[in-house]
Amino acid sequence: MKNRMPIVLLVLAVLGCLAPLAGLYPVFLMKGLCFALFACAFNLLIGYTGLLSFGHAAFFGTAGYVAGHFVKVWGWSPELGIILGAATSAGLGWLIGGLAIRRQGIYFAMITLALSQMLYFVCLQVPVTGAEDGMQGIPRGHLFGFIDLSSDLTLYYVVLAIFLAGYGLLQRVVNSPFGQVLKAIRENESRVLSLGYDVDRHKLLAFVLSAGLAGVAGATKTIVLGFETLTDVSWEMSGEVVLMTLVGGMGTLLGPVVGAFVIVSLQNYLADKVGAWVQVIIGSAFVLCVLALRKGIVGTIAARLQPKAINA
Amino acid sequence: MTDIFGIPLQAFLGQLALGLVNGSFYAVLSLGLAVIFGLLNLINFAHGAIYMLGAFLAWMGLTWLGVNYWWSLLLVPLVTAGAGMILERSLLRRLYGLDPLYGLLLTFGLALIIEGLFRQMFGVSGQPYPVPDALRGATNLGFMLLPTYRLWVVAASLVVCASTWFVIERTSLGALLRAATENPKLVQAFGVNVPLMIMLTFGFGVGLAGFAGVLAAPATQVSPLMGSHLIITVFAVVVIGGMGSILGSVLTGLGLGLVEGLAKVFYAPASSTVVFVIMALVLIVRPAGLFGRDK
Repeated sequence: MKNRMPIVLLVLAVLGCLAPLAGLYPVFLMKGLCFALFACAFNLLIGYTGLLSFGHAAFFGTAGYVAGHFVKVWGWSPELGIILGAATSAGLGWLIGGLAIRRQGIYFAMITLALSQMLYFVCLQVPVTGAEDGMQGIPRGHLFGFIDLSSDLTLYYVVLAIFLAGYGLLQRVVNSPFGQVLKAIRENESRVLSLGYDVDRHKLLAFVLSAGLAGVAGATKTIVLGFETLTDVSWEMSGEVVLMTLVGGMGTLLGPVVGAFVIVSLQNYLADKVGAWVQVIIGSAFVLCVLALRKGIVGTIAARLQPKAINA
Repeated sequence: MTDIFGIPLQAFLGQLALGLVNGSFYAVLSLGLAVIFGLLNLINFAHGAIYMLGAFLAWMGLTWLGVNYWWSLLLVPLVTAGAGMILERSLLRRLYGLDPLYGLLLTFGLALIIEGLFRQMFGVSGQPYPVPDALRGATNLGFMLLPTYRLWVVAASLVVCASTWFVIERTSLGALLRAATENPKLVQAFGVNVPLMIMLTFGFGVGLAGFAGVLAAPATQVSPLMGSHLIITVFAVVVIGGMGSILGSVLTGLGLGLVEGLAKVFYAPASSTVVFVIMALVLIVRPAGLFGRDK
């Protein structure tokens, strides 16, 4: 498995480089990549540590607001905005994660949901976010001060690089000794504890890492679209990232990427056709996945391929 | 007029009373969640959507069929309980034995479906539901005037919570239920039909949410969004109280409603976040919740 890692990354990079040439819109692709990174970050918790965070929108949206504010009002260059946004989210992740890991299982999900809802109300009330109007007109600016990002294609390759870096980092983390401990915690927490590992520290570190990467995704998305709204910190967004991961396959590295693109395409396709039915469709997708496709698309395919590999 | 901390007494008590009304909804909803969680080990994310459904069923009954408030109060909980039981039989049953997180995700999907359907039909604006004639006007409590309907909501919720407590803690049916919560296999070995019990329990918990919805209809606008915001606060209430005890859920619900009312008096912007702040504090000081047992 380990030696296949660089190959997967390479294939993703080649596919990513070719995608705009195949006639796909760069803005759509960038949106997909941002959500893919968001879902991958989320998957580090649900898929590899067994923690269901139902409040990941908090990190996605906060980083978006922070990056948007500093780029727009203070004139920071986009990469600094993204870094600060991600750092803020990681800090927030340390606070929220620190509280949430005090309880297990279903309570963990409820606590993260409640705390992110609190953040939603804060964003609704403080003037800096623009409340229900959102933050508008955030400039794309110049990367490192000299690469003009106003062209969709240039920005696309920057976003692709950010995504690949994030994906590569997660791949590395999951396959590291630290990642093995996380998986052990998912399988049997008390046994890991009895082996002398500091379970809470591992969980918290995974949470902070996940929050930080979700922040990178959120901040990048804000730079790409040029606005940030309350949608990104809402519970619906937290639910969406759960669905992306579920559809693609929890606990597989590639799953969240596939899931994110499936959901973003679905939303793009349905947006102007069905109106409020979108929510019903998303809800039905949840129900169907939980009942019939718990391994997700990638997980199911991987399970199909597995026996053949053993026979060969 | 007397003042309390520079706030007119009447306004102060008015907010407290409103807080108590909200607290009653928290109490009934968190009680339903706790009853379901006890036996099914499932957090019903659709609880808020069913509360909204209850309010809408009452509204539709009145507007389309002429079913009055009192009949709604009786029928709607039965209808929602029936729907809940069908749901348990057809969908939730398939998830027993799996990670409880799947139950949360399934009910989350159901919540989206229910809310989406009503948004499609009614938009996001609220529909007014008239207060029934018998409960119009205000009651003079001696020290303040309280709208009679608010008094009714608090009283009705307390009666329902107390009856639930009585059934579960003081009857033989309740004893079976508590036993099944501790060890379902053993109880089934004694010849008790545990799957039936699970179905009825889920129906009962969901029926409580429907009941709360009917109670809420005249007190607030009936809107498709009324459930989703409430349910997250109720989750925080459940984390604060812990789901171990019925009395605990009820007290926590009422108490937090009052705290919210107080927050509205002193610093209104904090009223939407105060419950979550308290949750964070409780997690630091007493992670298992105020009335919870560590499992």
